[in-house]
Formats: sequence, C-alpha cells, structure tokens
Amino acid sequence: MPFALLKYGLNGDYPFEQDADLPTPTALKPHYDVVIIGGGGHGVATAYYLAKYHGITNVAVLEKGYLGGGNTARNTAVIRSNYLTSEGVKFYSESVKLFKDLSNEFDFNIMYSRRGQLTLAHTDSAIRAFRQRAEVNKHFGGNTELIGPQEIRELVPTLNMKPGHQPVLAGLWHQDGATARHDAVAWGYAKGATQRGVELHQLTEVTDVLVEEGKVTGVKVRQGSAEHTIRCGVAVQAVSGHSTLLAEKAGFKLPIVSYPLQAMVTQPVKPFLDPLVSSPAFHCYVQQTGRGEIVFGGGSDPYPLYNSRSTLELKEQLLAHAVELFPFMANLKLMRQWTGLTDMTSDYSPIMGLSPVENYYLDAGWGTWGFKSTPICGQSMAELVATGKVPELIKPFSADRFSEFRQVNEMGATAASH
Amino acid sequence: MKIMPCPLNGPRNISEFTFGGEVTPLPDVASAPDSEWAEHTFYSYNGTGVAREWWYHVPSGYWFVAERHRVTDDILRTYDPSELPADVLNSQQEAFQ
Repeated sequence: MPFALLKYGLNGDYPFEQDADLPTPTALKPHYDVVIIGGGGHGVATAYYLAKYHGITNVAVLEKGYLGGGNTARNTAVIRSNYLTSEGVKFYSESVKLFKDLSNEFDFNIMYSRRGQLTLAHTDSAIRAFRQRAEVNKHFGGNTELIGPQEIRELVPTLNMKPGHQPVLAGLWHQDGATARHDAVAWGYAKGATQRGVELHQLTEVTDVLVEEGKVTGVKVRQGSAEHTIRCGVAVQAVSGHSTLLAEKAGFKLPIVSYPLQAMVTQPVKPFLDPLVSSPAFHCYVQQTGRGEIVFGGGSDPYPLYNSRSTLELKEQLLAHAVELFPFMANLKLMRQWTGLTDMTSDYSPIMGLSPVENYYLDAGWGTWGFKSTPICGQSMAELVATGKVPELIKPFSADRFSEFRQVNEMGATAASH
Repeated sequence: MKIMPCPLNGPRNISEFTFGGEVTPLPDVASAPDSEWAEHTFYSYNGTGVAREWWYHVPSGYWFVAERHRVTDDILRTYDPSELPADVLNSQQEAFQ
C-alpha cells in the first residue's frame, strides 16, 4: 500500500496545480487600453471582470508594492451587507451574493465561511436602528432579523450578557455574514486576470498621471531606478488609503481624510465562537478564524496619519472592551497586531465612478468597508471601464455627491469607532 | 505613550485630546454660497506634509492649534488660537459675532 502511494506521488501526472503561480513578469509596454493603478483586491478584481466578462485584456495593473500588500492584507476579512441605507444595502448585498460562489468563479479556494454576524444592541435607540436595518436588508433579499437575549445566548453561549453598565438588550442577526481568506481573494482574481492576458506589474510605482485637455493620456511609472511613460485609453485608480495623493497627481482633490485602522489576533484556541460578534457600544468586534485564532477589530485611530504603525493605546482600549464581552479571553496571548490606512469619507460610503478627468475613474473612499465590497466593486468598475457609463448600482457613490449634499450616510452601520 | 504639548496644560497623554480637523478660514457666514460651504466642510488637507490642526483638551475644555507632520506624527509646534494669522482668526471671530 505505501509503495503505491509513493509511486503515485513520483508519477509525472500527479495532479498538482500546473499554473499555480502568476506569469513571470514581462517588460512594460508603451501603451495599454486600460491601466489600473493599484494591485490590491479591487484593482485585480476589476482587471478580472474586464478580462473574463468584457473581453478586454490589453490591461496593465500597476502595483507599487506587492500584490494585495496594502489594505487587502490588513483587513479583518468580514463579509456582510447589514447596512442602513437602501443604496448601501443594495450594493453590499450584491457583493455578498458574489462572495458565496467566488471560489468556483475563479477556481481558487478563498476559504469562504458563512458564519452569520451578530451585532449587539445595548440601548433602546440601537434596537430601533437595528429594526430598520433588518427590514431594509430583508427588502433586498438578505437574511437578517432582530433577535432577543435568549436567542443571543443560544448563538453565543460564551458572551457576557451584562458587560459593564450596558447589558445586551437585543441583536441584529445577519445570517449572510461570512469571512474569507482575504489574501486568497486577491490571488484568485489576479490568477484569473493574468491567465486571460492581463499584465500585473509589481514594484511599479505610478509617479505621475498625464492629463491633456482634461483627458487622461497615460501615466509615468518608476521600476527600481528606471522611469517609464505608459500611454493608456482609460485609467482606474484603486489605491484606497492613498487616494488623495494619487488624485493630486491627476490634478483634483477628494473629500477624504486618511486614518490608520488597527486590528489584532490571538493565539489559536479550540473552536468556541461560531458567529462574528460586533458591539458598536463597546467599539469592538470579535471573531474566531478557521485556525482558531481570535481576531479583534475596533474603531479607527483618533487622528489622521499616513503611517501603518500599531500602538499600545489601541491594544489597551480595544482589548479592555473585548474582555468586557468575553472575560475569559483576558488569559489569551496576543500574537500579532497590524494596521491599514483607510480613506475615510464624511458619510462612511465609498467614492466610485467619474472624476473631473475624462476616462480617469475612481475607486476610492473605502474606509473600513472595502474588503467586503471587492467582488461587486470589481464588477462595477469593469462595467464602467468597458461601457463608459456609470452603472446604476454605484451612481449614489459619485464624488460630487458631497458638493450637492447627497451623502449616503452609513456611519451607524460601518465602523465601530463611534 | 504619545505626548501632546498642550499650550495651557503642558505635556499630556494624547488620549486626553480630541482631533478637531484642519485649521482653515471660515467662509463668510452671511454671504458664502452652498458650494463654498460644501468645499469647506468636506474637503481638507490630506497630504504627507505638516498640517495645521485644531486640537481639544477634553478634561479642561481648551481648544488650541498644533502643527503636526502627517507621516512621522511629529508635533512640531502647538499654540493658542490667538496666535493664528489674521485672516484665519478674523474669519473665526466674525462668524461668532
């Protein structure tokens, strides 16, 4: 028996994945139909949908660091659509739907795990808001209910129902909530895009955006010490965290302020926590990964900064609150802490669509809600690039909504910082 | 611990303070059009250099100005709002007449 296995393993037909790696890098061409600035989840997702569903493959994705090395590597991998506004819920629900089948879509295991997300209400006003969110979510096909303390105890037996002076009164139980392996999402999209002819250029920084007569004509890039000019028909900026800096090169401003967002994870322990649990009142959310580690996420840093350093202050604040909800976790050892850079908008909704520069499209303002939007963002931005028309789904997120006081206020349903 | 040198209270833990946004002149309260108010409200400095910012010491209720580098987080200077340049100071004072 063991000899058969050995023989099988040494066989040339042993079915390991032949094309697991990305294609070897090639030299930059002088022109592409589409240049996507930013090789994170959003950038490569856009390239993937362009290549697979629109047949547009003369595309270059330019990433100044490594594939998915920015915020795609630094989020807490939550997938949910339990937002507040119709525009928001409609948008995020589409993303939740796409995530369900994403591993099959691009034939790469993203370790999608449907756990359900439970948001806790510690006040009457929170219950009222949750009731509205449950109804809006159901209206757009979601699986979300307002539940009481008894059901919460059954879902999360380890939860402290009377933390501090704010007992748990009710919960928003969003069964569509899930997690996935965030790196794998970027890798799957990148593999699918590059296999279809899209070029991914890492360690390639865009140093300038060339605009002639109000239209984008190309970009200047730096690879090592070499500088190149690339002409393009259409450009997309997908560099959330640094959106303002890139937009400045293209000659316009964005209503964004950049804040660090920290998260941390403990040693692995036996599985005891199925759902993702979030408490806005305690400014924290807690989930257990497939490997058994406990991930803690919380609110943004208290002031803007272009720096992905982690702080002791946030460890203390976040964990003090988390330990109120799960007291026994005080004994766990913290393993790792990291930080992403978030484009914060004043209404906690993204900025997608047209910019003041013709053929230069925006995928920005992703704050603390970017990872969950990866598939629908890629699909929508690809549609915009391919057709030149802003899809209905993302029209509410136009950059000029602020000047026209048409904000899409998702503050209550996004981050845990308030 | 990060220290913020408060002009009134001296060096304190930055957790005692709240960030209050960029210091900019206020539009003319009486006559500014909506577009100018939108610009003032929604667009602010978000670069990688030194920013001039409002900060609030919460325990003492004191507002002041800090000049802080947005990449290194170095606090270069802090001062009382009365030391702001005339154009900024006047716009703020007139707004609250």
